[in-house]
Amino acid sequence: MLDPQIIFAGVLNGLLAGGVYVLVAVGLTLIYGVLHIINFAHGSLLMLAMYAVFWLWRLLGVDPYVALPLVIAGAFGFGWLLYRGVIGRFSHGRDENILLITLGLSIVIDNAALLFFGGDTQTIDVPYAGRFVEIGAAFLPLPKIVSFAASLLLCAVLGLYMAKSDTGKAIRAVAKERQGARLVGIDVDNIFAISYGIGIACLGAAACLLMPSYYVTPTSGHAFVLVAFTIVVLGGMGSFVGAAVGGFIIGITEALGGLFLGEQLGQIGISLIFILILLLKPTGLFGSRA
Amino acid sequence: MSRTALLCLAALAAALVYPLLVPNYLVNVGMLMLFTAFLGQSWNLAGGYAGQTSFGHVVFFGVGAYTSTILQVTYGWNPWLAWPIAMLAGGAVGWMIAVLSFRAGLRGSYFALITLAFAEVFRILANSVPFTRGGLGMLIKADQRPENFQFKDPIWIYYLALALCVISLLIAWQIARGRFGARLVAIRENEDAARALGIDVFAEKVKVLTLSGAMCAAGGTFYAQKYLYIDPSIAFGVDKSVEMLLVTMVGGAGTIFGPLIGSVALTVINEATRGLASVVPALKNVQPLSLVVYGVMLVLIVARLPDGLMGLFRRRPRHA
Repeated sequence: MLDPQIIFAGVLNGLLAGGVYVLVAVGLTLIYGVLHIINFAHGSLLMLAMYAVFWLWRLLGVDPYVALPLVIAGAFGFGWLLYRGVIGRFSHGRDENILLITLGLSIVIDNAALLFFGGDTQTIDVPYAGRFVEIGAAFLPLPKIVSFAASLLLCAVLGLYMAKSDTGKAIRAVAKERQGARLVGIDVDNIFAISYGIGIACLGAAACLLMPSYYVTPTSGHAFVLVAFTIVVLGGMGSFVGAAVGGFIIGITEALGGLFLGEQLGQIGISLIFILILLLKPTGLFGSRA
Repeated sequence: MSRTALLCLAALAAALVYPLLVPNYLVNVGMLMLFTAFLGQSWNLAGGYAGQTSFGHVVFFGVGAYTSTILQVTYGWNPWLAWPIAMLAGGAVGWMIAVLSFRAGLRGSYFALITLAFAEVFRILANSVPFTRGGLGMLIKADQRPENFQFKDPIWIYYLALALCVISLLIAWQIARGRFGARLVAIRENEDAARALGIDVFAEKVKVLTLSGAMCAAGGTFYAQKYLYIDPSIAFGVDKSVEMLLVTMVGGAGTIFGPLIGSVALTVINEATRGLASVVPALKNVQPLSLVVYGVMLVLIVARLPDGLMGLFRRRPRHA
């Protein structure tokens, strides 16, 4: 039997990892909730944002935390353009078709990254990367604590924005009833593009917070895409609260799975949760409909 | 004899003569092309005709490859005898995934995502359980005799791939012209309407995924015998799933020749980028370049050309 102290440390580490997952999943669930698109390119776009953070640091020496506003703005713009240029044009019709289009995008992005950046694993070397904070028996890496706090802060800001601002209200109106929103004079297509942009901006933020303690390769997107879908399905497609709760559950599952089942087999927990939720309760924990 | 039949016979004759005329490298290219068309056809039965888009078809490929390899390496079976068992295993996994997913009422994107998750579960298991030797993979001892399902001359493995491809075309043809195919298309176009017409939607979908799984597993054994090595990321990695989906979607999902046309297109793009890469040194990574081209084609075809490249050959009235 494992020492409770080790389990405690595992749970804490899982919670910290879950913080960034929440940010990634909130972006995915927002896009689904508003546009009813399953954005399969989500992982690939995160990978792209991580490369942006890496190159900003490598070429210009910009610290990833300093780059945060810049990368968020850039990711928003990229997402907005991607929607206007590609996804929005083709996003009508069967939902599998849209899934296939975002799959096509992810193939293009992954392989373009491999073509231009090569297959090597890239990391950022910042002075605070090796610092730890001691909580009980747990030694927690400082960058992970920062990313946890910043993720939650950003999610709170986004939540406030959605609740209070005019654009946020318009987004929620479109998510609820797009015909009605159009009738009261909301530019629905513009709201779609903005929502997609915000979803990708979340990835930009996640990339800045991940890079000091993580690495990037052209296949990094694969590692996140199933995790993000699992969180969103677990929490309920389109639910913000669900994405937050799901993110923490998955973070802890991953940490404890690794602890009890080992590095290899431990990853199985996420896929199993995904399958079981879809089979047994497709509305998830907080979703209203399948 | 109809024009199509003549064209098919001419193509078959060309495919039979081809390896006698070209160097070994091109024999191998042709073999891969036919094999990819075969795998694509297995995807096409479920994804094309029945409209059950799968992102994790590789799970059947991997189950087939591992079943025959384990029987051969660990239990000393002859690979030809292990082949049908591998197909049974692939069919069984197809049946299981279909019963679970369709019982739960999963459709469209949700079905696609759950197949991806199943493939991931199998990949992790193959990485962890002892009888697959984990991440080390499994090596089949080289013993190049035909009775051992290994061939010294690449021409024989080419002809075997050709035979598989022709059989898969005949299966697709049989399905397309029969009532089973008609029921599948009805399910694809409108599941609720199909049910209202008295079609047992659940049973038909289970049937087609079982068949598709068995076919794909046959491809897995073929692959293992050709390369004499498999590991979890080859056998259950997302790349092969995407390849099967791509060739079929690009060539034309739900058409008999779609996967073959798509595979020809993929091969031409591959070889063209290889040629380009030898001229432009900056493009030394051939594989990603051709996949970029293919990803763009996928987006354009899904958006603008729902019948794929096959749609270009057929002139028919546009339906609304």
